[in-house]
Amino acid sequence: MFKIVKREEMTAGSVILNEIEAPAIARKAQPGQFVILKANEDGERIPLTMAETNPDQGTITVIYMVVGKSTALFKTLQVGDSYQDVIGPLGKPTHVEKVGTVVCVGGGTGVAVLHPITRALKDIGNNVICIIGARSQDLLIMEDHMRAASHDLRVCTDDGSYGHHGFVTDVLKQVMETEDVKQVVAIGPVPMMKFVAEITKEKEVPTIVSLNPIMVDGTGMCGGCRVSIAGENKFACVDGPEFDGHQVDYDELMQRLQAYCEDEQACMDGDCLIRS
Amino acid sequence: MKETKASKGKKATIPRQPMPAQDSDVRRRNFDEVPLGYTPETARAEAARCLQCRKPACVEGCPVGVDIPAFIHLIKEGDFTGAIRNIWGKNALPAVCGRVCPQEIQCEGVCILAKKGDPVAIGHLERFAADYERLNGSGELPPRAEPTGKKVAVVGSGPSGLTVAGDLVQKGHDVTVLEAFHKPGGVLVYGIPEFRLPKEIVAQEINFLERQGARVECNQVVGRTVSIEELFAEGYQAVYLGVGAGLPRFLNIPGENLIGILSANEYLTRANLMKAYLFPKVDTPIPRGKHVVVLGAGNVAMDSARTAMRLGAESVKIVYRRSREEMPARAEEIHHAEEEGIEFFLLTNPTKYIGDEKGRLTGMECLRMELGEPDDSGRRRPVPVDSSEFAMDCDLAIVAVGSGANPLLTQSTPDLELNKWEYIEADPETGKTSMRGVWAGGDIVTGAATVILAMGAGRKAADSMHKYLTWGW
Ligand SMILES: Cc1cc2nc3c(=O)[nH]c(=O)nc-3n(C[C@H](O)[C@H](O)[C@H](O)COP(=O)(O)OP(=O)(O)OC[C@H]3O[C@@H](n4cnc5c(N)ncnc54)[C@H](O)[C@@H]3O)c2cc1C
Ligand code: SF4
Ligand code: FES
Repeated sequence: MFKIVKREEMTAGSVILNEIEAPAIARKAQPGQFVILKANEDGERIPLTMAETNPDQGTITVIYMVVGKSTALFKTLQVGDSYQDVIGPLGKPTHVEKVGTVVCVGGGTGVAVLHPITRALKDIGNNVICIIGARSQDLLIMEDHMRAASHDLRVCTDDGSYGHHGFVTDVLKQVMETEDVKQVVAIGPVPMMKFVAEITKEKEVPTIVSLNPIMVDGTGMCGGCRVSIAGENKFACVDGPEFDGHQVDYDELMQRLQAYCEDEQACMDGDCLIRS
Repeated sequence: MKETKASKGKKATIPRQPMPAQDSDVRRRNFDEVPLGYTPETARAEAARCLQCRKPACVEGCPVGVDIPAFIHLIKEGDFTGAIRNIWGKNALPAVCGRVCPQEIQCEGVCILAKKGDPVAIGHLERFAADYERLNGSGELPPRAEPTGKKVAVVGSGPSGLTVAGDLVQKGHDVTVLEAFHKPGGVLVYGIPEFRLPKEIVAQEINFLERQGARVECNQVVGRTVSIEELFAEGYQAVYLGVGAGLPRFLNIPGENLIGILSANEYLTRANLMKAYLFPKVDTPIPRGKHVVVLGAGNVAMDSARTAMRLGAESVKIVYRRSREEMPARAEEIHHAEEEGIEFFLLTNPTKYIGDEKGRLTGMECLRMELGEPDDSGRRRPVPVDSSEFAMDCDLAIVAVGSGANPLLTQSTPDLELNKWEYIEADPETGKTSMRGVWAGGDIVTGAATVILAMGAGRKAADSMHKYLTWGW
């Protein structure tokens, strides 16, 4: 059992932080790696990239958006409750290197995943510019954390309720005009990563993205997480989750993420029995 | 117990006792076990068919050398407890093996009675003895040697790991099994379906092991959560790697990433380990195809096809590029699949998946094949028939064309020598690998094989590990 020691609702009910006791994982985890969580006996295995690890306290932190049946169940777990299973750390860690100026672009809960990577890039001596965005101010998370982890933070909202009015990609374009950007890290919704990669490809700036396909085992055993990278099949759970953003088939990934949409909807509407 | 010629002749005239089974029209829509098992009476009647051969071919045919005539004799005498204790001497998981071993190419294939008629139903009898003990036995534990204080880590809880753990715990060692999944049992829980191997049986075997003092720790992905080096640093003195052949193969033909195409590993893991057939009562979904195609013809393919039928498919087709004789599945599984209405498209090779604008599978293109010259495996190579393309509608395709070596653990352990297929190199007699203190066996050494071979390798390795822990490498 993996006890929740801290729980925070980061936005009005839709983005939730859990700090969980998992000493063995906390000891080993590196930025970019993920865990698989399962709430109870009948639960689904859900992969979430770690936003923070605290080896001294023996805890890891995950941040998730409530999007389906399983995350709705996670949301009901309070401090003192436990996940039945937490497995990790999984996936390859981020390759962190000193290259000069790096831009980290985060959207939605991707910001949480981006946080430890941003900090690692800064710690190794890069000049880190950070661009984070959300649909509106109330959905923006971790602004203060990201400010501390970078040298320069830019914030955008789609509806203009806070910061720059527009998309993270607009700001990225501006930054790339003025700065000698050596590397971009983009983590967020698939369309965001796709557009970031289009912009950086033009300028040939190496770009890392972190992919979140549907997973089961997280150990390379089922192939459910396969993604096309430069026309070749890769398993995101073991070959990734980070890949060269210029090689990813984003459209295929977006389609594959819809595989169980109908099942999810049937459940979320409370109309669960139609497929039983 | 000498038999006269005359009495031998009489025995052979008793017909093989049929295994009662759920009716095919009913069972094709439920997940309950298909064969129902012998009663004590039918078991004894079947046991009476055995000729008690002086040089029993069946024992030669058994990969672990179970003393078959001896346990069958005990069943005939009504000493069911004696029978199971006899089997346990060679085989730690008889309830499993009685159900899933390919008896027709092992013990029963060479049984003297098979020459003229039906062999003794050795598998059914083994299953009977194990089930009888499970349901009526005392649950008494085997004797355990004095604690040795030596710590052993067994990585993977499939049949080979469980065998090693059982053997070494009885020899007094301090055994910990580390399993990547949240539930132990390996293929026995995530691969082989409930209707063929009830999960309760596997759970009881694990419980038996724990009651003997072994620890089973789940959610431990060795190579990620902890490395082999760290295990030694934590004080383990010997490590067994029984991690299976968990890497799904795909066909690598166009369209394979459409929605509705799953590896058998994924499909069966969802169905069995995650119990997705109960969705939405449980949280893991599974695609429920109306027209399902299963690619391959081994046990994995049969299990996938029969699962799809139970999940409500209107049609399920096995598509296989060779002919019936080459199908690697157990005879009983093929027979059960046919009874349940699964169609077989043999000598058929898929060439392409077809999808709609949403990226969902709608069909497949295939080529007809014919058999040509024998290939390396001695089987006649299928060759395409010119312009024989045809299309097949389907909304779910399950790829069951074999598996390879999962590199997760081996890549994180560079000192382990691998063969050219990336399986671990291990001495076939002892299971020793190129790393001191590390043994390996089962599918990760041989490639995907059988439960009994994985257990056999486990037993040999356990003997070698015990020697090492007692006297050194
Ligand atoms: C669907 C299906 C049906 C089958 N039907 C039959 C049949 O009817 N008869 C028969 O004889 N054989 C059958 N087989 C084959 C048989 O199941 C295997 O040969 C056998 O299970 C191999 O045993 P094993 O112990 O080597 O590995 P496995 O049973 O594969 O167990 C390996 C275990 O190790 C775990 N593991 C892997 N990596 C790690 C890691 N890094 N750290 C910790 N744990 C790890 C896995 O999660 C797994 O639990 C079937 C196989 C499948 C898939
Ligand atoms: S070969 Fe057949 S008849 Fe002979 S001992 Fe074995 S099971 Fe009995
Ligand atoms: S999640 Fe199963 S292979 Fe990646």
